[in-house]
Amino acid sequence: MAALIETRGLTLHFGGLKAVDGVDFALQSGEIHALIGPNGAGKTTFVSLLSGRRMAQSGTILLDGEDITRLPAHARVRKGIAYTFQITSIFPRLTVFDNVALAVQSQGARDLLDRTRAALARVGLEGLEAQEAQALSYGHQRLLELAMGLALNPRVLILDEPTQGLAASEIDSFIRLVESLVPETTVLLIEHNMEVVMDLATRITVLNFGQVLASGTPSEIRADPAVQEAYLGA
Amino acid sequence: MTGGGVKPWALHLALIAVLLTAQFWLSPYHATNLARIMVLAVFAMGYNLAFGYTGLLSLGHALLLAAGMYAAGLPAQLWGWGAGPAFIAGVAGGGLMAAALGLLALRTAGVSFMIVTLMFAQAGYLTLLYFAPVTGGDDGFAVAAASRRLLGFDLSTDTPRFLAALLIFAAGLLISLALIRSPFGRTMVAMRENEERSRMLGYNPFTVKLAALTISGLYSGAAGAAYALLFGYVGASFATIQYSILPMLYVLLGGAGTTLGPFLGALVMFTLIEVATGLTSAYLFFVGAALVALVLFAPKGILGTIRERWVRWLP
Repeated sequence: MAALIETRGLTLHFGGLKAVDGVDFALQSGEIHALIGPNGAGKTTFVSLLSGRRMAQSGTILLDGEDITRLPAHARVRKGIAYTFQITSIFPRLTVFDNVALAVQSQGARDLLDRTRAALARVGLEGLEAQEAQALSYGHQRLLELAMGLALNPRVLILDEPTQGLAASEIDSFIRLVESLVPETTVLLIEHNMEVVMDLATRITVLNFGQVLASGTPSEIRADPAVQEAYLGA
Repeated sequence: MTGGGVKPWALHLALIAVLLTAQFWLSPYHATNLARIMVLAVFAMGYNLAFGYTGLLSLGHALLLAAGMYAAGLPAQLWGWGAGPAFIAGVAGGGLMAAALGLLALRTAGVSFMIVTLMFAQAGYLTLLYFAPVTGGDDGFAVAAASRRLLGFDLSTDTPRFLAALLIFAAGLLISLALIRSPFGRTMVAMRENEERSRMLGYNPFTVKLAALTISGLYSGAAGAAYALLFGYVGASFATIQYSILPMLYVLLGGAGTTLGPFLGALVMFTLIEVATGLTSAYLFFVGAALVALVLFAPKGILGTIRERWVRWLP
């Protein structure tokens, strides 16, 4: 099976700090792929390169075989790469409806009303349409962020620490929601909560100091001595 | 943004209806002033689309007003164009100037954008002075009576002038209401509220802002052209910094990001200056006092405050 997203030698250094250092990575279509690693391992920087929020210094990024390394972020979104922010980034003074409608209409969709409501219903925010987004609870704002990502109808959904700050009950329903997305949508997940990772991921890539330490199934990763030393065992 | 159903349309149409009757119960002097206010309000509506809705704080809108004024006035002066073609040329002139300004200035944002737009507007003003033999410079020129006729009506007389001003105002108001309730209007506001998130929803900030600024320029051009044709005067003084600040004051006073704010702000400010100049030559003192009161008690402007406190559906 061909990789949906593939990177070769992807690199971004900040002065002497090698945030992303020659990363070869493959995201297979239809999988839930978790990206883990200690703080400062370069996870967020790496997905910023994928989504186009930052530009790589060297290396290539392929989406379905097409070179998108130099494509600006908004063009990548239109090609199907959606990114949800680690720190919730919504339009606080707009209504919940308008927040999601902005995602729907950027796809040029005709049935704005139906598709916006469908995305809200999918994350369980129906009935809150008319609320200002800033009036929502933190957990609901995280769900709104997710609804905006889903409303983009993406091929790849990049979730940057989606469960951060959620209550245990919210995490359970979040896991079920992400499971329902595949295989139509491929999910790339940055996550610190190991229970969530082991529960959801079909494959895991471990980053450390900007480099790939290991990549494999959850059981392979758990058994990997290098990973245990660098991360899990710590 | 989308709420309120038909109420906003009813409110806007009611305002237009009241203004239509105003020519019967106002003295000719006040009716002419109201025509002037409506033309200035069109300018302010254009400013509001850029500043109030898209978040583009420009200090160069005088350039766009003057572009419309000269694009209408010069063909009338040099080649004897009639009011219709001259007006269309003015609208196009404002839009083209805004697009050109945007292509350069939108590479910057925030304070840099203010400075760059101010700089281009000053360059435009100096250009008008430099070509004084054609533009008339600071003295300007009077638009010939022959070019101030439209469909047999003489736009220099009271009733046709008032109706022409009202027509342009009504068109501008209803188009702006339709625009901000459209998907593009939502995109403009998204750009103001959170540009980075908009980008990650697939919008190119540069093209959205360029489109918004160009629409703003079409409004400014329409106002400049209307001023030239209805009041018969074209001059470089309309390209000065004062005419970049005025629409901002109107919009801030009436309420930035409200469709009726530009008109209300223009009406109140114009009236305030009118009354104050009757009392003292230091009329700017009253303008300053009004602005201080605004900042202290209603920083969102008159209609912005009303919307926040009482009338949530106000567009």
